[in-house]
Amino acid sequence: MNGTFLGMPAFPQAAARAVRDGQLRANLRHATHTIRDKRARAVAELPDWAELRAAGKAIKDHTLRHLDRYLVQLEESVTAAGGTVHWAADAEEANRIVAGLIRATGDSDIEKREVVKVKSMATQEIGLNEALAAEGITAYETDLAELIVQLGDDRPSHILVPAIHRNRAEIREIFADRMAAWGRPAPESLTDSPAELAEAARLHLREKFLRARVAVSGANFMVAETGTLVVVESEGNGRMCLTLPRTLISVVGIEKVVPTWRDLEVFLQLLPRSSTAERMNPYTSLWTGTTEDDGPSEFHLVLLDNGRTAALADQVGRQALRCIRCSACLNVCPVYERAGGHAYGSVYPGPIGAILNPQLRGTSSPVDASLPYASSLCGACYEVCPVAIDIPEVLVHLRERVAEQGGHPLERAAMAAAGYVLDHPAALAAAERLAGRTRALHPRRLPGPGRAWTDSRDLPEVPAEPFRDWWRRNRA
Amino acid sequence: MTSRELILGRIRAALGDADEVAEPPLPRGYLSAHAPAEDPVALLDLLHRNLADYRALVHRCTEAELPDRIAELLAARSSRTVALPAGLPASWLSGVGDVELLPDDGSLTAARLDAVDSVVTGCALAIAETGTIVLDAGPGQGRRLLSLVPDHHVCVVRAPEQVVASVPLALPRLDPARPQTWISGPSATSDIELDRVEGVHGPRTLEVLLVKS
Amino acid sequence: MRVALFATCVNDALFPATAVATVRLLERLGVTVDFPAGQTCCGQPQYNTGYRRACEPLVRRTARAFAGYDHVVTPSGSCVAMVRDNYPRIGARAAAERRGSELTDAATALAPRVVELTEFLVDVLGVEDVGAYFPYSVTYHPSCHGLRMLGLGERPLRLLRAVKGLELLELPGAQECCGFGGTFAVKNAAVSAAMAEDKLANALGTGAQVLCGADNSCLLHLGGTLRRRGDALRPLHLAEILASTEEHPWRPS
Repeated sequence: MNGTFLGMPAFPQAAARAVRDGQLRANLRHATHTIRDKRARAVAELPDWAELRAAGKAIKDHTLRHLDRYLVQLEESVTAAGGTVHWAADAEEANRIVAGLIRATGDSDIEKREVVKVKSMATQEIGLNEALAAEGITAYETDLAELIVQLGDDRPSHILVPAIHRNRAEIREIFADRMAAWGRPAPESLTDSPAELAEAARLHLREKFLRARVAVSGANFMVAETGTLVVVESEGNGRMCLTLPRTLISVVGIEKVVPTWRDLEVFLQLLPRSSTAERMNPYTSLWTGTTEDDGPSEFHLVLLDNGRTAALADQVGRQALRCIRCSACLNVCPVYERAGGHAYGSVYPGPIGAILNPQLRGTSSPVDASLPYASSLCGACYEVCPVAIDIPEVLVHLRERVAEQGGHPLERAAMAAAGYVLDHPAALAAAERLAGRTRALHPRRLPGPGRAWTDSRDLPEVPAEPFRDWWRRNRA
Repeated sequence: MTSRELILGRIRAALGDADEVAEPPLPRGYLSAHAPAEDPVALLDLLHRNLADYRALVHRCTEAELPDRIAELLAARSSRTVALPAGLPASWLSGVGDVELLPDDGSLTAARLDAVDSVVTGCALAIAETGTIVLDAGPGQGRRLLSLVPDHHVCVVRAPEQVVASVPLALPRLDPARPQTWISGPSATSDIELDRVEGVHGPRTLEVLLVKS
Repeated sequence: MRVALFATCVNDALFPATAVATVRLLERLGVTVDFPAGQTCCGQPQYNTGYRRACEPLVRRTARAFAGYDHVVTPSGSCVAMVRDNYPRIGARAAAERRGSELTDAATALAPRVVELTEFLVDVLGVEDVGAYFPYSVTYHPSCHGLRMLGLGERPLRLLRAVKGLELLELPGAQECCGFGGTFAVKNAAVSAAMAEDKLANALGTGAQVLCGADNSCLLHLGGTLRRRGDALRPLHLAEILASTEEHPWRPS
């Protein structure tokens, strides 16, 4: 098996660079181990976790099975509550809709040129900030970690903690160097204490919250029955965005719908404990359309497909659409811990990214074709997933898709040869004996594709005789 | 074809493989509560512990003591200005002395509230298991921005009638049509090295007064 | 009791001592062992690399080779997991592709009869003290398949604790993957090697003389890394420890 060829595409290369970065590995190790231990304690508090997980899985599966019906119901509910629903087939259309809504709103120039944003995976997925910038509109990220990423001209590397790859000293430097270019500068005396850094972000962003006329958000859940949207968060930047501006635009993936108000009782238990490892996150905002004299007077919901229906069409892969973006799978993944989030080439890193990206984007690019292999299939992700997505099952399924597109001819040839030998025990025995007789000649380091094994490991010594020969001599 | 038709069409095509068989009912074998829902004393203690665990400052008093306790909390922070939602019982603030009261008549703006020291509100209910208070913009709670912009939030919870054990027991008592804010401790972040820091954008101090009726 | 030994291709070709130890251990416990010669490989490497169709002949072959045995004992958790979890999937996919139920039938017939060695000892034979003697300090790495897919739990540790002379040392971070993962070890060699380094740092930190596992594929990877580093820690399959007795003690080769 170790002689098979390997394409060495994008993920392995990026991951190998990350593995060599000692600082990054230390940051990631500290962060992921801290939160995985906390999660285990938070989950252990609930004796019915397995039942909640089963319910979460079943509700999502049921919803996906009737997704058309629930989206239409959601549209009716949101519209009846005073909101406007838009449908976006892909990223480009979603960005166009949002830019158009921003331009059509407000009456002064500045209002049309800036928005505040709640952290949202969907808007990152579609590259909304970049698209708005091309239209002359600045989108201010208001989540602390997203602010760190935005000021640092960086990319997020974790779903929940996008700046997990940065330590406090790096963050201090980013704030000191970059805040002034975006608004209120960081205090002169800024140290790297997390409390001081958070305070600097508070002051920097508050003027933006008080001025903003338009906010853009995502949502964690949408309730078809009532038209309610739900955002869970910790800092209060979400509440600021969802409450203070006159116009609110929420861009939400179509898989985020749940049928009933009651269904929230499952997800509002599963999500916080899996995500931030808390009994409940500090703030959860729920809103249904618009409310007179309270919060935005205009509400737009942009329902986003962008590859989700392609995932839905895959009988094995569709379970990835159950994902509630908790990021528990990232925190327990040994590959993520060492490769870091950037190696996944997407805003969705880690195990869930490895099955989501190739489904949303297809497997034609080197990185997307490599992602299904970015796992040792250890199963830790499946174990912690609050909606029981069998990530290893989907990974293997997607590997089949990659193998079938014929990317690795040497590997196919090796598999075919192995297939022949393994289906002919006499040929297998002959090969084993040959290996045994020539074992003195075997090199300890292999050339070619096999080098990947012997770069860090010796080959095992080939035994003098295979087991089946021992059996023949001693027992048969 | 509109994008709406396109997406709905893609969904129907994607689900073409699904057999039209009767689905089993959703499995809801989980508990409706993890705490003794019928024991108000235990629930109140649990709520107290969980609120405190997430760094809310928790106090207890009787109905009669409430005005004095509110006055003390405001004085302890030297609050000079206090925002009050419409419908808040006037008696609650009867004990404060030289404090400017700003009842919300719909004219309080975020910029004005940014310069206000404290806000006092009631709540719709509180969830003991999770240490959560829920505001639904009802009387005595007011518009969402009131409990958001000032840095000090004093929230009054009436026990036992406003205390429920769990999330499954809370949701049926809430009206989805009303905007809701669920609050579990003060604003917090763990974005820097997973090191929890209280207070980013929401009120940095949350004080909860548990009032026994 | 008569059982079939599913030695697995890795043990047959590279770790015959593990298969021999399994035979001796089972025989010592009064079990009659057969080695059906038609067996080769469960197909896990092909399946996990994305060649599902290529392992279909191996599903048929494996099911045929072990027909008629109530218990098919395997000293390899990952191969048991392959049969239990993936054979039914292979059958279901073939059926969905309108290629009949033959593979499903093969999977259904075989899967319930395949047992991992420690499951067989503890659950079927009902023994924990197998009369072994092994005067070394040992730390145990529970491979991912055994840990999470089979749920072996405490079984291997209970067996080890009952071994005379053996000092069991707890492995920190035991639940973490060693980084083998089949072709993962080659396709993502850098991450795989980093995982092995961390696993071995934990194992070496225990001060144990022997790193025990119940899956030789993990030990192939960890042992290869140990040899490259020149560390004295000795990787060894659980079966070889359990086969060791005072009369016939295990000897380092």
